Amino acid sequence: MKKENSRRSFIKNISLATFSAIALSGCNGAAFDQFLQKNFKTLSKKEKDRLIKELENKYKEKYGKEFHISDKPALEGTLFGYALDLSRCVGCRRCVYACVKENNQSREPQIHWIEVLKMEKEKGIDFTHSTAQYNPEKVPEDGYFYVPVQCQQCKNPPCVKVCPVRATWQEPDGITVVDYNWCIGCRYCMAACPYGARHFNWGEPNVPVNEINTEVHFLGNRLRMKGVVEKCTFCVQRAREGKYPACVEICPVGARKFGNLLDPDSEIRYILENKRVLVLKQELNTQPKFYYFFGI
Amino acid sequence: MNFIRFIRECIKIIFRGSKTYYAWLIFLLLLLLWGGYGYLGQITTGLIKTHMRDSVSWAFYIGNFTFLVGVAAAAVMLVIPAYIYDWKPIKEIVIFGELLAVCAVIMCVSFIIVDIGNPLRFWHMLPFIGTMNFPSSMLSWDFFVLSIYLIINLFIVTYLLYCIFYGKEYKKSIVLPLVLISIPMAVAIHTTTAFLYNALPGRVFWNSALLAPRFLASAFCSGPAILLILFQILRKTTKFEIKDEAIWKIAELMVYAMFIYLFFTIAELFKEFYSGTENILYWKYLLFGIGDHKEIVFYSWSSILMGCIAFILFLIPKTRKNFLTLNIGAVLIYGSVYVEKGIALIIPAFTPDVLGQIYIYTPSLTEIRTAVMIFSIGFLLFTFLSKIAIAIVFEDYNIISLKPGKKIT
Repeated sequence: MKKENSRRSFIKNISLATFSAIALSGCNGAAFDQFLQKNFKTLSKKEKDRLIKELENKYKEKYGKEFHISDKPALEGTLFGYALDLSRCVGCRRCVYACVKENNQSREPQIHWIEVLKMEKEKGIDFTHSTAQYNPEKVPEDGYFYVPVQCQQCKNPPCVKVCPVRATWQEPDGITVVDYNWCIGCRYCMAACPYGARHFNWGEPNVPVNEINTEVHFLGNRLRMKGVVEKCTFCVQRAREGKYPACVEICPVGARKFGNLLDPDSEIRYILENKRVLVLKQELNTQPKFYYFFGI
Repeated sequence: MNFIRFIRECIKIIFRGSKTYYAWLIFLLLLLLWGGYGYLGQITTGLIKTHMRDSVSWAFYIGNFTFLVGVAAAAVMLVIPAYIYDWKPIKEIVIFGELLAVCAVIMCVSFIIVDIGNPLRFWHMLPFIGTMNFPSSMLSWDFFVLSIYLIINLFIVTYLLYCIFYGKEYKKSIVLPLVLISIPMAVAIHTTTAFLYNALPGRVFWNSALLAPRFLASAFCSGPAILLILFQILRKTTKFEIKDEAIWKIAELMVYAMFIYLFFTIAELFKEFYSGTENILYWKYLLFGIGDHKEIVFYSWSSILMGCIAFILFLIPKTRKNFLTLNIGAVLIYGSVYVEKGIALIIPAFTPDVLGQIYIYTPSLTEIRTAVMIFSIGFLLFTFLSKIAIAIVFEDYNIISLKPGKKIT
């Protein structure tokens, strides 16, 4: 009787051990760590460094490329602002593709952070009668003007307010970012955004390996995964290094201006003080830091 | 130990039943498999399997969620008239109403889980372990009130059945306050769900103060419709006693709800169409289509038509008191509210999108299959729970009848 008992308990123990072994091997360590990953904002400096080191290794293994992942915080005394000259924009969409390349946006399924809308001069800024689907031989077309729309980096961002898990927030320099490791993909922010600036990875994102930009920011243009939301960050990886965003640099007609709103001598401040400036959907009180103006 | 016994006996009941019962279970299981296989495709390739895209980023899933919150809310709100008009089987009405509420809330949560891109990260939404954005995000509020509602109802129902099973008198001091809490909670879950949409000034289609009142009115149409039919089935097949008058009273209350719902909708339509601002575009898309895009016009008008027929059937005393027309009306109003919440509430808010672009959305097969999966889980659960409740409440399935000694004598 006693013997049988011990045998039974032996069988019980061994099956338990096997079960836990299978369970453990089923989800390998890295996947398990990823599952338990904390919100980026709550991590200590040490934890952030470790996380980034691991990510760099993972990317190297996956793409065979050396990545530099930055988590550079906002610089003191900066508040980024953007201005776009509607009288200059010709609707060439070079900004759209420069942005895709710089920020590792998925090519298929296609994600564009900038959408350029063609509007009739007669109607003024009128989204209802605008179209993003235009394909003429040459731009600009007579009778039309173009309004590129991207994240307006609101001072009062509705997307941040609605996120149920605090996966998106406004940094001290005014840039709203997303923690792709924390986003649950509920898309409430997309419903809340009045500018269509947020984009979802409906499928596995796809960037050709030879076109990957390896200079990335953890909260910006690093490679995203399926099921998370992404958006324009004013090229946080460039802006915090004192460079212009990719869309500003590429614009062939100089319609795009970027700078520090807190610096009284900046070009952006000059525009705000001397030009006729407007923001989109002012009535919603989102207070964009993305201004449209008429330079000529 | 007693409780484990209770659970064990409950599970035994599930497996006992007639051939029809088993046929029903197999039917539901087949649906579950068919739906589940579709959902598997979504899990592996992502939400790209749905027809949702950046322009229409919420659609059929969240619509189903909204509808079911209404069902969950109305099931419990029916306790108020049962109490006021002193319908005899109030305890039974509480039990079955709350069972329905429990199943509906579980289905709600399932619809949220299939709708999010990273279901495994669901725990990020929990307080303390995750970083719940409370009180700022209405979604966290909604999750919060739904969880409490689920726990309260599950507790009341289990406690009542447990007491009946053991032949004990239940403690009024425990049940009564909880039932009294669960009623305002029922109002709260549907109001919070309405606020979820209302809270987005960028979506003018939803940005109306009438949204929450309309939600409640429509819920009071669809929720009781299910119970109305359930009570008749119970009356036919078990010892459950409910007078015709009580059933007609429910129908009468539904007429009031339908009238209020109709009135709110007309008020909304008047405001939109008479003022004729740009915002009318969304209503136009819903009711007439924009240009050649008439994809959801069929849905909206079929919902309106079903609702109106049901209203007339319920309004005329003769058809209200005829069980055939009454049941037709109940099915029609259920269908009407389902289409209204599932399609007509969500899609027009995104078409045209915030930048004026039109993306045409209709549910994909994957979305329909996933919804079928969740509905069959819900029905399965409700079948099991009702079966347990019927056995314990009406068929004297209790600790005494289970004693071996008793059986011999």
